Amino acid sequence: MTISEKILAYSSGKDYVKPGDIVDARVDAAMANEITGPLAIQMFKRIGLKKVWDNRRIILVLDHQVPADSVKSAELHRIMRAFASEQNIPCLYDVGDGGICHQVMVERGHVKPGELIVGADSHTCTYGALGAFATGIGSTEMAAVFATGRIWLKVPETMKVDVSGSFREPVSPKDLILYVIGRVGADGAIYRAIEFTGSTIRDMSISGRLTLCNMAVEMGAKTAIIEPDEKAIQYVGERANGPFKEFRSDPDARYEKTLEFNVDDLEPMVACPHSVDNVKPVKDVEGVEVNQAFLGSCTNGRLEDLELAAKILKGRRIKRGVRMLVTPASTEVYLQALKRGLLEVFIKAGACVCNPTCGACFGGHMGLLAAGEICVSSSNRNFVGRMGSPEAMIYLASPATVAASAVEGKITDPRRFLGDSM
Amino acid sequence: MKVSGKAVKYGDNINTDVIIPSKYLTSLDPSEWARHAMEGIDPDFPRMAREGVIVVAGRNFGCGSSREQAPQALKYAGVKCILAESFARIFYRNSINIGLPVLEAPGVADKVSCGDLLTVYLDEGRIVNESRGEVILANRLPDFILEIIRDGGLIEHLIKVMKAGKGNEV
Repeated sequence: MTISEKILAYSSGKDYVKPGDIVDARVDAAMANEITGPLAIQMFKRIGLKKVWDNRRIILVLDHQVPADSVKSAELHRIMRAFASEQNIPCLYDVGDGGICHQVMVERGHVKPGELIVGADSHTCTYGALGAFATGIGSTEMAAVFATGRIWLKVPETMKVDVSGSFREPVSPKDLILYVIGRVGADGAIYRAIEFTGSTIRDMSISGRLTLCNMAVEMGAKTAIIEPDEKAIQYVGERANGPFKEFRSDPDARYEKTLEFNVDDLEPMVACPHSVDNVKPVKDVEGVEVNQAFLGSCTNGRLEDLELAAKILKGRRIKRGVRMLVTPASTEVYLQALKRGLLEVFIKAGACVCNPTCGACFGGHMGLLAAGEICVSSSNRNFVGRMGSPEAMIYLASPATVAASAVEGKITDPRRFLGDSM
Repeated sequence: MKVSGKAVKYGDNINTDVIIPSKYLTSLDPSEWARHAMEGIDPDFPRMAREGVIVVAGRNFGCGSSREQAPQALKYAGVKCILAESFARIFYRNSINIGLPVLEAPGVADKVSCGDLLTVYLDEGRIVNESRGEVILANRLPDFILEIIRDGGLIEHLIKVMKAGKGNEV
């Protein structure tokens, strides 16, 4: 069996499962944010149960519109706080405490290898970076999980993505995942689990692995997963309590297909409007003028991402007429960026440093686009209207490309600033 | 179970951001979501859907975010059923969980024109295009999913199961 099949077998009390089987699985942790949570809470109340299945396995995060940008958002936050209080849920990450839910989940020890985790947010697949099987669900389903701690799941086929070679600075995991999505297509991994393997993945930091797994859903995948290794175990050990199981794929595990990539010659990549699989080398679209550069999100708002951008921005100024927004993914990332002087680099370069939130990426608040505006963004979706006006355009790229483009005021290959000359 | 209505057609990769833009998600009022259903690509949709329609689409319908407000918006706008070549999995589950029938029907996008009158026999996975007098075969839903839809959604189903004393089985 593959690691995904093993986790689903274990969580449903079986010795063996195969793709296509429907299992009734026990959930280890369930996460909801203030966009999906209030609806789940309403639905849970309709069931009529007094208590949730396990108050310690539910994690509630306020992140999409924090601090509240409107009275309506404030009401959603109030519903979340009231539910946490009624149900005695200790893990409510309120304004100023946590950050973007997926970063909070991994950073605050809510994800361990071998676990089955569901989150009412599509980017829940991020946690596969730590060897967990994690997938996004909707609000009603979350209400049922709140009630029972269980969920039915179809065991997915696994697609192996084997990656070899070394990135050449400033090429990063974001460029790799954009490249993979361009090749596989927006529905190329629909219903499937993606398992990332190979020497590049073994050499990659946890931060980079989180970026890869995060965007699996943009190919339609149910989840993405990486076998836990020493790096993952160490990361989890520093944050989480309690035992966990390390599953690994059998040598004779069956994969639906295997895709092989080598990153030795990978260039900076960009996903052009209006679909995530419309991927081209940055050099092919250089010169497109931008109004906004966004660095942040659950995809690329971690310390490593901010450091990469700061390398380019240090001692430089953002082009006049362009605005750059930086939203660290969590309070912890924010604090580390502060201590390392990165925030000073951003501010001196003319960027606006915002609090951790899904804000601009989600098109909720703090950095929406006007009609006709163009944004280069380190986030994960470039759909029509995603970041504001349906007449705006979004180019998805790496933190390095975002920073280089902010300096030049147009989409720019970051190799002009870092690494080999072009 | 049988539903019928006129077809409204869309293409591939219709995402949840165009089905219901994020700016309406701070509302908890389904009728507000319905008023803005498909606003990202077809602002005229709520008016058309009012009489009860069947959405027909290509591949990967409902891709993107987990927002259940997307199928809710369609359901409250008047959508009775969605037929597509394939669905994004969270949208697919969300639809079933709120009692909105969704069927994967290979080739459906080519076999239906906008405005065709369709009848969908859910238990059999059979679609009749009344306007063309043709039958289209869909992938039949498993019995346990049909039961959730028949009960009106996952919450109603769960209440029924719990009342019947089957404990935690969902």
